[in-house]
Amino acid sequence: MIEIDRLTKTYGATKAVDSVSMTVEAGTITAIVGTSGSGKTTLLRMVNRLEEPSAGEVRINGTSTLTVKPHILRRRIGYAIQGHGLFPHHTVARNIAAVPELLQWPRDRIRARVDELLDLFSMDPAQFRDRYPSDLSGGQQQRVGVARALASRPDLLLMDEPFGALDPIIRARAQDDLRRIQQKLGSTIMLVTHDMEEAMRLGDKVAVMDAGRLVQYDTPARIITRPATDFVADMVGDVERPLRLLSLIPVSEIVADGPADGAALPAGASLRDALSACLWTGRSAVPVEQDGVQIGHVSLDAIRARVEFHP
Amino acid sequence: MVLRLTVLVLLLALVLRPDWFASVFAPLAPAGGPVIYTRNSLLSLSLNHLGLVLAAAGAATVIAVSLAILVTRPAGVAFRPLARSIANMGQTFPPVAVLALAVPAMGFGSAPTLVALFLYGLLPILENAITGLTNLPRATMEAARGIGLSRWQRLVRVELPLAMPVILTGIRLSVVIALGTATIGSTVAAHTLGEVIIAGLLTNNTAFVLQGGLIVGLFAVLIYDAMVQIETRLARRMRI
Repeated sequence: MIEIDRLTKTYGATKAVDSVSMTVEAGTITAIVGTSGSGKTTLLRMVNRLEEPSAGEVRINGTSTLTVKPHILRRRIGYAIQGHGLFPHHTVARNIAAVPELLQWPRDRIRARVDELLDLFSMDPAQFRDRYPSDLSGGQQQRVGVARALASRPDLLLMDEPFGALDPIIRARAQDDLRRIQQKLGSTIMLVTHDMEEAMRLGDKVAVMDAGRLVQYDTPARIITRPATDFVADMVGDVERPLRLLSLIPVSEIVADGPADGAALPAGASLRDALSACLWTGRSAVPVEQDGVQIGHVSLDAIRARVEFHP
Repeated sequence: MVLRLTVLVLLLALVLRPDWFASVFAPLAPAGGPVIYTRNSLLSLSLNHLGLVLAAAGAATVIAVSLAILVTRPAGVAFRPLARSIANMGQTFPPVAVLALAVPAMGFGSAPTLVALFLYGLLPILENAITGLTNLPRATMEAARGIGLSRWQRLVRVELPLAMPVILTGIRLSVVIALGTATIGSTVAAHTLGEVIIAGLLTNNTAFVLQGGLIVGLFAVLIYDAMVQIETRLARRMRI
């Protein structure tokens, strides 16, 4: 559990981060979202003390981060940034091994960990281990950057706009990968982004920052349905609110018994996918299947009812 | 590659078997005068010449790189202009003047030459090392700090390796300048290839001047080329 307690950063007279308190549960993704200059990156950088807090403190599993030297602290906290920041003069394997090497893991354990991570990120170890970062595509470089941040099984992973430099298609894949890997490893992640879409997609909880203050810290669904301020409503976007809400709800939640015509959707698809399928193929309901077996259908009426009944 | 080998063989022949070239240089020597320099073995002059250059460039590298590291740390930034102007002064002072000033203090021989070469060689190395150490990829440096490398580890594992090709360029410039400049060390009795050239100038013997000049020139070309090779290989290995 990560407790951020009245964390403040002042530069001269301006407060970049103004007394922010929040608690991040272990094994979850928290997306910190805000416009540029909102203090979201400064907040993140104070967690691993790349910036020293002016006031307040951060506790990881109850221990204040101020009790250890910054560079020792950072070895326990993964860090991945926009533009990956890989070491151009080291191979992929050495890049991923950077922190385990600092922690003086035995050589064979490091080797095994590197291969395990490459596998996890769907990169064949034999093929990629000895390549240099410049030999890789942008998406691959970014994956190696995240693998490096995860290498020592850190208590916490900080990510600063990790997908900012990727094109939309690669970005969507990278987001799916991150979700999958996070669920598999049970990592705790704090991620900074300016993109509300990304925050909704990845975050178990979303923290909205505005002018140095934390204005709302809640689940994506509640950020959409109950924005705390006009600023949050703006960030969500009025027009897109129903669609954003639908994209958070799986079809399995409102699936009803009975058949329907046409191609089926998997149970994991969102209501947004179902709506889209209905509109595009002119159907009023789509069948839903799980493991290849039809388990029922979702109708346009049910979708409409679900949006109207938002908590 | 063939060209390189030819130049190398030519150089070795000039140094080790100067008498082979007697007929080539004969038309340039004054009538009845000696054609080939024999007062000292060209090999010993060459080795001494290279030794002086190596010692001076080595010392200049150690001092200039240490200084560059110091003034690129947060605590040392304030001293950067000072370090730069001192190195600039070393470059501004003509080596001949340094020799003239150093002789009364250090006597004749190799020592004043060494000082002149050292001072003259500082600037290119210092400037390149500062450039190399300040123009590092930002994201890489940020990540190096973020994943928990200490200051020393960042310097040794990231900053110096990434700046190395640029630093090597500075060393190369310095070495090539020193190779040429070392010849004037002979005016204060340093044992260098300049001796051959100066003997030729004093006796109006163009054959001597050409021999000395050719050997120094070929050394410079070969060493320059070798260092360029090292730099590109290093840069390629580091993918910069």
